[in-house]
Amino acid sequence: MSETIYTASPSPHIRSNITVKTIMRDVIIALMPALIVGIYFFKMNAVLVILTSVVSSVFAEWLWEKLTHKRITIGDLSAVVTGLLLAFNLPPTIPLWMVIVGAFFSIIVVKQFFGGIGQNFVNPALAGRAFLLASYSTAMTKWTVDGVTTATPLAILKTGKGTLPPITDLLIGNIGGCIGEISAIAILIGAAYLFYKKIISWEIPVTYIGTVLILTLLFGRNGFYEIFAGGLMLGAFFMATDYTTSPVTSKGKIIFGIGCGILTAVIRRFGPNPEGVSYSILIMNLFVPLIDRKTAPRIFGEVK
Amino acid sequence: MELLTFKKGIYPPHNKYLTEDKEIIDMLPKEELVIPMLQHTGAPAVPVVQKGDRVLKGQKIGEANGKISSNVHSPVSGTVESTKQIYTSFGKKTLALVIENDGKYEEVKYPEKRDYNSMAVDEIIEAIKEAGVVGLGGAVFPTYFKLMPPKGATIDTIIVNGAECEPYLTGDYRLMLEKTNELIEGLKILLKIFPNAKGYIAVENNKEKAYKALKDAAKNEKGIEVCYLKTKYPQGSEKHLIYAITKREVPSGKLPLDVHCIVQNVGTVISVYQAVVFGEPVISRVVTVSGDAVKEPKNLRVSFGTSFKDAIEECGGFKEEPVKILSGGPMMGISLSNLDYPVSKNVTGIVALTKKSTDLSDETSCIRCGRCIDACPMNLMPALLDNLSRLNRYDDFKEKGGMNCIECGCCSYVCPAKRHITQSIKKGKLNSKK
Ligand code: SF4
Ligand code: SF4
Repeated sequence: MSETIYTASPSPHIRSNITVKTIMRDVIIALMPALIVGIYFFKMNAVLVILTSVVSSVFAEWLWEKLTHKRITIGDLSAVVTGLLLAFNLPPTIPLWMVIVGAFFSIIVVKQFFGGIGQNFVNPALAGRAFLLASYSTAMTKWTVDGVTTATPLAILKTGKGTLPPITDLLIGNIGGCIGEISAIAILIGAAYLFYKKIISWEIPVTYIGTVLILTLLFGRNGFYEIFAGGLMLGAFFMATDYTTSPVTSKGKIIFGIGCGILTAVIRRFGPNPEGVSYSILIMNLFVPLIDRKTAPRIFGEVK
Repeated sequence: MELLTFKKGIYPPHNKYLTEDKEIIDMLPKEELVIPMLQHTGAPAVPVVQKGDRVLKGQKIGEANGKISSNVHSPVSGTVESTKQIYTSFGKKTLALVIENDGKYEEVKYPEKRDYNSMAVDEIIEAIKEAGVVGLGGAVFPTYFKLMPPKGATIDTIIVNGAECEPYLTGDYRLMLEKTNELIEGLKILLKIFPNAKGYIAVENNKEKAYKALKDAAKNEKGIEVCYLKTKYPQGSEKHLIYAITKREVPSGKLPLDVHCIVQNVGTVISVYQAVVFGEPVISRVVTVSGDAVKEPKNLRVSFGTSFKDAIEECGGFKEEPVKILSGGPMMGISLSNLDYPVSKNVTGIVALTKKSTDLSDETSCIRCGRCIDACPMNLMPALLDNLSRLNRYDDFKEKGGMNCIECGCCSYVCPAKRHITQSIKKGKLNSKK
């Protein structure tokens, strides 16, 4: 018959205007309040760590894709998100070369070795942090506020040495800790934006934080204080909700959140280290394929 | 008021404002009509006229061939000029009769107006069959066949599908407004066939005027209820419409009649009325010609055999160059490579989209965001099925419920990675059947 003039392609012929890039852009926007607080309290140190982390993450992704002749995907902004999250999980005084090592590890070993975006099975930023912690534990656990070495609230709780800062300091961010985790309020503002934009749903953060709260209270400690301490807020809203490394179904997300919560509370209470958020999420990441398999929704019209 | 609906689904911009206030205009047939013998699901009709024959408007020119088939009639008077093989807008190759329109519109002699109340059920069904009535919502399944459920099946619900959930399309909406009484009479004819059934007319809440008009017209009809549905895609899917109204789920692999329901589209029910009461065959249909490339979008009554090109010209042609021409709406419609296709019974709309209103972006990797799962009205895991289909793992594909996919397109619509999930699942379904 006649010639082809118009594009013949399969339905549907319209798509929503949400893309991977707009999602990543929204996550970046949501990280801004925590970034500002981090820079406010840690000054130039924070600026340098964040810049180094983001630039080396993006560069690592570009370099790997260039060398392996893959499509360059840095335009989807996911490497920027990884870079920001890695920086947020590092102490402000960490030597910059370590940041570069961490970023390369996150992007190349954790993300690209497994096939790039969507394929990795653990959270790249958290795995990068865990790698640095294992390799350079001293630099990774040195906390300063205004140039004075301090202990994080959780470390004070663990060792019993020092005085705990009031909860208002935890909300504002006037405490020792990683760059992006110190201010609960800043993180919650960012999280509210993610909810509003429907980037994340309630299941993981609510069950995660709820489980930690309940268990900590059961352990006879001040749960309401501890949920604002350490990396829990940042982890629950920004790390555990990472699409690639969390379950896809609603039921699965609830199981995942509860699992993260149990692990975190137990590690904090019984483990050798004061904090357990990163390891909890990393461990639960490994269960995601299993959880997904077990929580497939009931098909419409299926009789069981 | 509580709106009826189903779980999941999506809310695409409906873009019906382009034509919703435009009355249906009869488009005068052109000099030459190319009438496919296959305008329905099933076997093509067999021509009963030959090259050189003179035919009248409404004359049967193709005879149903077998149980699942349908008669085809001429929309004009004129001469059969030739026959040729063509492709229909739904992608099937078929024989078509080329009829030269003599412009006289001499009609066959129709029977006297009949009172369906004094007709036997067999007679009613025969009239529907004779008139070539098929599902005008796009599926074009022969209507008479749907009305003859196997012995032992009980039908307690007849639903007129006025959801029209595809963006852009407004033909059913206009019919509900302009042919309100015919629609209700048509439903009463169906209820005469199934005296124990209750009739429902289902309208989405973005068609308030139609809802009110129907509600008003049906207020004294005991057996008929007008239902208000939430505007959500794919509300017009048979299974989801049945669920919204009766809360019954059509079991996997089963038919609406297994849950005692029959669903018919608005246009179909009006055709039933015309066929039964006046003996008028289906020789034209309402087509919404719309999209941002069309100069003056309209609702047209188009005679079968009219080319897409002529229908678009009737609307002033293009104001901007389209990249896609769709037969049907943008969610499930078929994109055509040129405008030479004839309008047939399946064409609910002709939608011409420019580059900015359609999506041609490349697919990237799945980021496991779960949006497709949250959108799938069949409660499937589209990302997983997509993967299995691409890996040619058809056993797993079936085991994960792939065959239940209704190809509604919700998953592809929401996917931020722009993956062609629906297409890949369609392929999986086809290959799994092999
Ligand atoms: S998997 Fe099939 S039924 Fe589910 S959203 Fe995609 S096209 Fe629709
Ligand atoms: S919507 Fe697209 S990116 Fe998200 S899980 Fe489904 S296939 Fe993957």
